[in-house]
Amino acid sequence: MAEPHVPHPDLPPPASAVGALGWLRRNLFSSPLNIALTALALYLLVTLIPPLLRWALLDATWSGEDRAACRVNSGACWTFIRVHFDQFLYGFYPEAQRWRVNAVVLFLIFGAVPLFLRSVPDSLKLRWGLGLLLAFPVVAFLLLRGGLGLPVVDTSSWGGLLLTLVIAGVGMTAALPLGVLLALGRRSDMPAIQTLCVTFIEFWRGVPLITVLFMSSVMLPLFLPAGMNFDKLLRALIGVTLFQAAYMAEVVRGGLQAIPKGQIEAAAALGLGYWKSMLLIVLPQALKLVIPGIVNTFIALFKDTSLVLIIGLFDLMNIVHNATTNPEWLGFSTEGYVFAAAVYWLFCFGMSRYSQKLEKRLHTGHKR
Amino acid sequence: MNGSKTLTLASLLLAAGIAHAGATLDAIKKNGFIKCGVSDGLPGFSFADEKGNYNGIDVDICRGVAAAVFGDSTKLKFTPLTAKERLTALQSGEIDVLSRNTTWTSSRDSAQGMNFTGVTYYDGQGFLVNKKLGVASAKNLDGATVCVQAGTTTELNLSDYFRSSKMKFTPITYDKSDESAKSLEAGRCDVLTSDQSQLYAQRIKLAKPDDYVVLPEVISKEPLGPVVRHGDDDWFDIVKWTLYVMVNAEELGVNSKNVEEMKKSANPDVKRLLGVEGDKGKDFGLANDWMATVIKQVGNYGEIFERNVGKGSPLKIERGLNALWNQGGLQYAPPVR
Repeated sequence: MAEPHVPHPDLPPPASAVGALGWLRRNLFSSPLNIALTALALYLLVTLIPPLLRWALLDATWSGEDRAACRVNSGACWTFIRVHFDQFLYGFYPEAQRWRVNAVVLFLIFGAVPLFLRSVPDSLKLRWGLGLLLAFPVVAFLLLRGGLGLPVVDTSSWGGLLLTLVIAGVGMTAALPLGVLLALGRRSDMPAIQTLCVTFIEFWRGVPLITVLFMSSVMLPLFLPAGMNFDKLLRALIGVTLFQAAYMAEVVRGGLQAIPKGQIEAAAALGLGYWKSMLLIVLPQALKLVIPGIVNTFIALFKDTSLVLIIGLFDLMNIVHNATTNPEWLGFSTEGYVFAAAVYWLFCFGMSRYSQKLEKRLHTGHKR
Repeated sequence: MNGSKTLTLASLLLAAGIAHAGATLDAIKKNGFIKCGVSDGLPGFSFADEKGNYNGIDVDICRGVAAAVFGDSTKLKFTPLTAKERLTALQSGEIDVLSRNTTWTSSRDSAQGMNFTGVTYYDGQGFLVNKKLGVASAKNLDGATVCVQAGTTTELNLSDYFRSSKMKFTPITYDKSDESAKSLEAGRCDVLTSDQSQLYAQRIKLAKPDDYVVLPEVISKEPLGPVVRHGDDDWFDIVKWTLYVMVNAEELGVNSKNVEEMKKSANPDVKRLLGVEGDKGKDFGLANDWMATVIKQVGNYGEIFERNVGKGSPLKIERGLNALWNQGGLQYAPPVR
């Protein structure tokens, strides 16, 4: 009886093809060009990282209360940031009232928790989300601005990260629905609505945001009757919202165009009217498709908020600039701008990661 | 007949116009505070400190006006303005007085409907050089590489100056003042040019400020002062005389600390200034001792200067042109009489 044939076991791969060595060979030293690039990258890292570390960490000053403390070490003066930290967060918001800002943030965080829990059923999430969307602006406005027994804090004292978040938050939540409506309007069969939407979109996309802000702050007051001023922040908010809505509309339109005609016809065959077919069939698919585009617009908007410094609003960027003009703290602008950049990056990176998670969760197998 | 009627009507209208001339002052008194336009951050002139309090020469002028009108130097609302929006903000009534190192020029006084109330700081374009260059005067700067901010009148003044002195120079233009300070330090240029008040601020940003010196030459005239809009002469007078009171007080040796003692002074000028004698204060439609209140709450011109940009501040700017007229400077105020 012949023994059954047992194939010879596979030999292990050569040592140079597996493990760390293999990875290095495959990824860093696979061709002469790659070897050269690796060497260049290593050289750059070696020349850049140590001085950066020395400046930012090893030789940096963290303690002390004034500039004299920073004259001892040659590195960064983080004391400057520490001393101004509250101002960078709240701007000129009166210290005694800053709990109100914290309360708004806490309200938002706790209010949003159920929306992120998987155990909460979707129908409840929808109602909860809509309720939050309606309640939060009212609560936030009352707490931040004051009234109903709370001392009024004029918007001119809002500043720092608070102001950046207010502008970005209002801009995002208002621009998305407005953008969806504009996109639907642009694809509408009704000529009047279509013309109106196209004109609006093309006008706002055709002017730079800085011009919009500048017009709202410098030209508008000249056209209004003397003595009639409406809030500078409100003017900026309206400008930012309309501007971003136009961009959002084009992003959403891209999604709408990707939905096959058959979907709309099927919706019509089921007896759904325009709004129902849009809300239940077309928009959920279209918006899902353009999540990267929407988040891209949001990130751009978040960074664009720094443009309000040209109309004298003290957002994060401008409050840092202001702190660098204090004669007691002259010469620490690098630290200030590094701090501002880090904060902007943190928020933008957060948004980007969240959008990727959202895409993964919502994808229905059409992705290539 | 008809013509004279029209004339009467016109003069009546004119009179009505004059009666309403105090619109700004009326509105201020009704509001209970003064809306003061300041800069969005300029070392020594106006900036907000880490507590959010505004400081600087320009800010102190506004405090003085508030002390004059309300007897309380805190009755103010500051509006930070960029250089571009400042004049519109004044024209549209968003602010009552602009105290934001604005240069007094003929076109601003006439075409743009502004009234400059005086000069709080005589500024001018100067040069900052490294001491080891061994240059004592701007006349020795032939062939120098000059760091300058792009697109400002600074650039024009610079080329005019070098051309008229028949000297050559290489300009390096920068967009931001921080960059130009850094490149002076790195030796990319021999000399940095800007308004002198700014040069002192730039100097602090350098690693070794004492190695650099501001040259004595001033190559342009930049008189900086508070501005009000046309149309309310009473208000114009108050802002104008707030500054004059500060200058007069320094000249007469009255300051925020000795103002109460000085009320007993035998000097008639001091007595009139402090409202002890005569009713010069009342002529402005204010409390008779408003001038004393301004000095007490804000200080005389010398105190304000030293506190914000002079010896009492990190900037350490010399009085120079801003010394009193009897001490070799240009600060001169009409008498209280």
